Amino acid sequence: MPKKQGIFEKLKIDLRVGFFLAKRELQRANKWTTSLIVFVMLLTFLNLVVVSGILVGLIQGSLDQNKKFSSGDVIVSSFLNRDKIDNSQEVIKIVENLPGLRAYSARYTAGGSLQAGYRDVLLKDEKPNSVAGQVSGIDPIKEDGVTNLSSLIVEGSYLEPTDTESIVVGSFWFRKYNKNEFPGLTTFSEDVGLGSRLLLTINGQSKEYTLKGILKSKVNEVDGGMFILDSEFRKLAGRSDYNLNQIAIALLPGTDAKVAKSALVASGVDENGRVQTSEEAIPQFLDQIKTTFSLLGNAISAIGLVVAAITIFIVIFVNAITRRRYIGILKGIGIAPRAIVVSYILQSLLYALIGAIVGSILVFAFLKPFFDANPINFPFSDGILVATVSGTSVRVAILLLATVIAGYIPARIVIKQNTLSAILGR
Amino acid sequence: MIKINNLSKIFKSGDAEIRAVDDVSFSIPEGQFVAITGRSGSGKSTLLYQLGLLDRPTHGEIFIDNLNATELSDNDQTRMRLHALGYIFQDYAILPSLTALENVMVPLLMQGLEERDAKEKSIRALTRVDLADRMNNLPSQLSGGQQQRVSIARAIGHDPKIIFADEPTANLDSETSKTVLDAFLELNREGQTIVMVTHEPEYSALAHRIIELRDGKVVSDEMNK
Repeated sequence: MPKKQGIFEKLKIDLRVGFFLAKRELQRANKWTTSLIVFVMLLTFLNLVVVSGILVGLIQGSLDQNKKFSSGDVIVSSFLNRDKIDNSQEVIKIVENLPGLRAYSARYTAGGSLQAGYRDVLLKDEKPNSVAGQVSGIDPIKEDGVTNLSSLIVEGSYLEPTDTESIVVGSFWFRKYNKNEFPGLTTFSEDVGLGSRLLLTINGQSKEYTLKGILKSKVNEVDGGMFILDSEFRKLAGRSDYNLNQIAIALLPGTDAKVAKSALVASGVDENGRVQTSEEAIPQFLDQIKTTFSLLGNAISAIGLVVAAITIFIVIFVNAITRRRYIGILKGIGIAPRAIVVSYILQSLLYALIGAIVGSILVFAFLKPFFDANPINFPFSDGILVATVSGTSVRVAILLLATVIAGYIPARIVIKQNTLSAILGR
Repeated sequence: MIKINNLSKIFKSGDAEIRAVDDVSFSIPEGQFVAITGRSGSGKSTLLYQLGLLDRPTHGEIFIDNLNATELSDNDQTRMRLHALGYIFQDYAILPSLTALENVMVPLLMQGLEERDAKEKSIRALTRVDLADRMNNLPSQLSGGQQQRVSIARAIGHDPKIIFADEPTANLDSETSKTVLDAFLELNREGQTIVMVTHEPEYSALAHRIIELRDGKVVSDEMNK
């Protein structure tokens, strides 16, 4: 016998013979069977990427809307232990010179109450027709430049710079839009609508406003908010120092929010208030839900992966069992078991690879653009499909690894059987 | 070339022992054409499987080129089958998803030949069995005789030291059988050692030597006159 080959030489030969056998097997396999297996792999891939992508996208959609309609790309707000942003007008000057700035909105905010029918005499134990929430004093044009708030008006119209007697209120406070029944919820009675006179009270100071518009979105800060002109807010709340509570900043496309934040910090804005990107300003519960959904998506994906691995296992096992004699003959004529196993692994790898390639094309060329353009209308967010190239690559790698294992084990089981018994079929 | 000492293959069926090959010893020199004959159930195929390293004997030793093949690991026996032995099965045992050419190429690729060299060598082997014109056909597109010739081409393609043939003409008509046997004779004339199992006296008569088995034992071992 010739001398034994080295490990790498053996591996090279095993791969070459395995590839030779696998290629012919696939070329001459039943096309329908192969298509069915590839289809299963495609579904598995989509299960891996799309299910978790939609689950994460459901929350991501909510976060994106929060950014779009409330926080902007970067938000400056008062420190937790301070009522207002210190030296707000200095901060505004810095913001106005921020590289990449598209628009900004300076906001005054405070808790307040809004009462309808306040002139009516209440009966004994009768609850006032009022609601309490956050009141924001805004420059309507600048606010619209950042959050496009006017696009969220579902009834009436948006504030004009001259609307000193008007208020725009979020839909959460109206029975018509809020069907919740949880204990403690207070909404206006159904007779309150556009044109209603409402008494706004902030810090014990009150003024009457006319309901000009109702806003509806899937962002709590908007739906639960009350909006008046900033000049009105200053008067009512006694903000003669012009110190603000929030400055929402929208950046030009392509500008990195982290870079903008760093620029603001470098200019000393962080000494007067908190500077956060929209991601950092995510309410903790939303962040936790996002993590939870991501885990849930991964768990569902893991189940899908196991199903795919079992599918491949069964396919290869059935293939190997029904080809027991074929394998026996190969061993009988001197083909190394390793090369035969390689041929089965390559076959299963190819099934998975085709499934993953077709799946990737489907996700990135069709599904993602589709869901970006047509978000799924969930009750609390417009869900998108979150699928990144890096995340998808990891999932493809996991799928291929599971496939290699699922192809190896059954091939190995059948290969181990006695050569002669396999050839003679006994 | 081959030497076997006290070779036995015992199968157990419940408490009973069946001695398919029972304490057989002989040697075959290089270039000899040996026919192993006997009635059905005499143990001739079982003996051939042991000689061809497709099965392990219960007792005894098989030396191939002075190497004790019975002591080799499964992997080393596979290597020996690849490099030193050629096997022709009664039912051809060619791989259905490979063409005639590819069937012959596989062992050569496993030996480490490049695909182009393996192809050239395979075509030469197929030409020797007069099957070059059907080399791109799948087994299902070949007749029984043609399939058996593919099997022969595969067995000789890698220049083995010994060819084992297990009733190679059992499934063939007489005319095709003659073609196959002619191929064997020609190979043997070129110095190829051949061990053929057959129960047909007219075919065993073509061999140099005839070993007859009965109940697993050698009952005669004679040179053909």
